[in-house]
Amino acid sequence: MKILVCISHVPDTTSKINFTDGDTKFDTNGVQFVINPNDEFGLTRAMWFKEKQGASVTVVNVGGAETEPTLRKALAIGADNAVRVNTEAKDGFQVAKELANVVKEGGYDLVIAGRESIDYNGGMVPGMLAEMVGANFVTNCISLEVDGNNAKAVREIDGGKETVSTSLPLVIGGQKGLVEESDLRIPNMRGIMMARQKPLNVVEPTGASVETASVKFEKPAPKGAVTLVSPDNLDELVNLLHNEAKVI
Amino acid sequence: MSVLVYTESENGSFKKTAFEVASYAKAVADQMGTTVTAVAINANDTSELGTYGVDKVLNVSNDALKNFNAKSYASVVAQAAKQEDAKVIVVSQTADSKYLAPILAVSLEAGYASNVVEVPTSTSPFTVKRTAFTNKAFNMTTIDTDVKVVGVSNNSFGLVENSGSATAEDFSPSLPESGVSVESVDKATDKVTIADAEIVVSAGRGMKGPENWGMIEELADVLGAATACSKPVSDLGWRPHSEHVGQTGKPVASNLYIAIGISGAIQHLAGINASKVKVVVNTDPEAPFFKAADYGVVGDAFEVVPQLIEKLKAFKAANA
Ligand SMILES: Cc1cc2nc3c(=O)[nH]c(=O)nc-3n(C[C@H](O)[C@H](O)[C@H](O)COP(=O)(O)OP(=O)(O)OC[C@H]3O[C@@H](n4cnc5c(N)ncnc54)[C@H](O)[C@@H]3O)c2cc1C
Repeated sequence: MKILVCISHVPDTTSKINFTDGDTKFDTNGVQFVINPNDEFGLTRAMWFKEKQGASVTVVNVGGAETEPTLRKALAIGADNAVRVNTEAKDGFQVAKELANVVKEGGYDLVIAGRESIDYNGGMVPGMLAEMVGANFVTNCISLEVDGNNAKAVREIDGGKETVSTSLPLVIGGQKGLVEESDLRIPNMRGIMMARQKPLNVVEPTGASVETASVKFEKPAPKGAVTLVSPDNLDELVNLLHNEAKVI
Repeated sequence: MSVLVYTESENGSFKKTAFEVASYAKAVADQMGTTVTAVAINANDTSELGTYGVDKVLNVSNDALKNFNAKSYASVVAQAAKQEDAKVIVVSQTADSKYLAPILAVSLEAGYASNVVEVPTSTSPFTVKRTAFTNKAFNMTTIDTDVKVVGVSNNSFGLVENSGSATAEDFSPSLPESGVSVESVDKATDKVTIADAEIVVSAGRGMKGPENWGMIEELADVLGAATACSKPVSDLGWRPHSEHVGQTGKPVASNLYIAIGISGAIQHLAGINASKVKVVVNTDPEAPFFKAADYGVVGDAFEVVPQLIEKLKAFKAANA
């Protein structure tokens, strides 16, 4: 089985979010970038397939040279090789088109992406990619088994979960649950050394068009201080929620 | 040309989000000087959509669409969009609609903006405000394609009643090979889900153990709320994973979010920032949640929650 794992390079959750150039660009100053958490679950599941069932695992990112350390980290975790599509990721549609090209060229059976990336939370790339390459698609995936050409997946739905059966070629949008969190891997020294020898192929983009454009960023208005209510005066809380906040 | 809206239903009844996206579609249609057409799949009674500004409903009744299937449903909406020559298609951001929207966007070659929180500031260029960086910022985005898909965040626009009425028309689209079949569904049907809820009562590790959730459920019951939890609570198996909210869990965009015994770690807040009013109950006055909350009670959940239940019951009785 040939597996492609899509890796989004995102600011660590604890990052301070600031903008530059008249609020048109994300300020990367002092920001630590990581493998998108949803993708990390997917990468670990891919390693499981590789070790238990035999599979090759390629990781891919659409982005500039600055994303290479994130791809190297994925290689250190155990992916066999990496592809970087050399273009700035501008919107989900464009990223999906570039990824679709990689999928078609590489003939992958299974593509594991994250249900969403934690920067824009767009949740659009995996579904778009699946539709573009004509593969089946399951998102919010919390369990995946593959047997030959058949796949069984569990996806989270509002208020519960759903078990589905489908077949390869398949794209999933993975998330926490796909593997146990305790099974997530941290690169060790040997992995890091080996990653240096592994191929990281830079391919040029197809020049896919961009459908949406970011005009400007805004930060939410600063929040007022909390109104504290004494535990001995909960009538006041009910009163505030009813008359001031108007939510009950 | 009209604005098309996909109105989700479950067991024949519309979800609240359906009325919200209908209200949103009406606002966009007014801006563009056009009408609203809704697509309803296996809904029993579509007349209520008129109350929220829908002029025409395309009614789809088909047993093959009994279970939600992203590909088939996206295809139905796409065919409706083509028939109506819709330039703007509005969907909600429930788990199902988020599943369907990207497929729909590709089949219509439409730009898609998700997590949109306001009506367009301009319809030419079509510019919307969406959340970014897990609700720590907003991004003004233009959709530059001829056809546009807009995903409206739950509870961001609210319900807006209109005096109109909706006419209904049968619509029989062709269905594609779906590729994914549902084997089983495991879901508590009698409970308010986090995505639909206007009020969410959430509790964390401060509750000490699963045996103490009775009062959380009772509080949720009194408020007609959904229950939720922090990540360690679901990791420990005290509550199901589907209740875990936060960056790696579910997003919550309720009108009221009550957090009990939750510290307010940044990863938890990432999932609930979009909620409008936040109340925190915590023994530790230094808990970071107090910085994010609107109302706070520094106190022991085991004393505060039972009292709060009594006060709310009394309030309800007085306002019934
Ligand atoms: C990559 C990553 C992703 C993550 N994603 C998420 C996520 O999606 N969602 C999430 O929730 N977390 C997430 N976390 C974990 C997060 O950082 C916190 O560890 C978690 O939110 C803490 O949960 P808690 O507040 O319930 O527990 P604790 O940190 O144990 O806090 C419990 C709180 O309860 C209070 N308390 C104790 N007893 C009482 C009492 N009797 N009455 C009232 N208050 C009491 C305490 O003062 C304390 O503030 C993530 C972490 C990482 C690293």
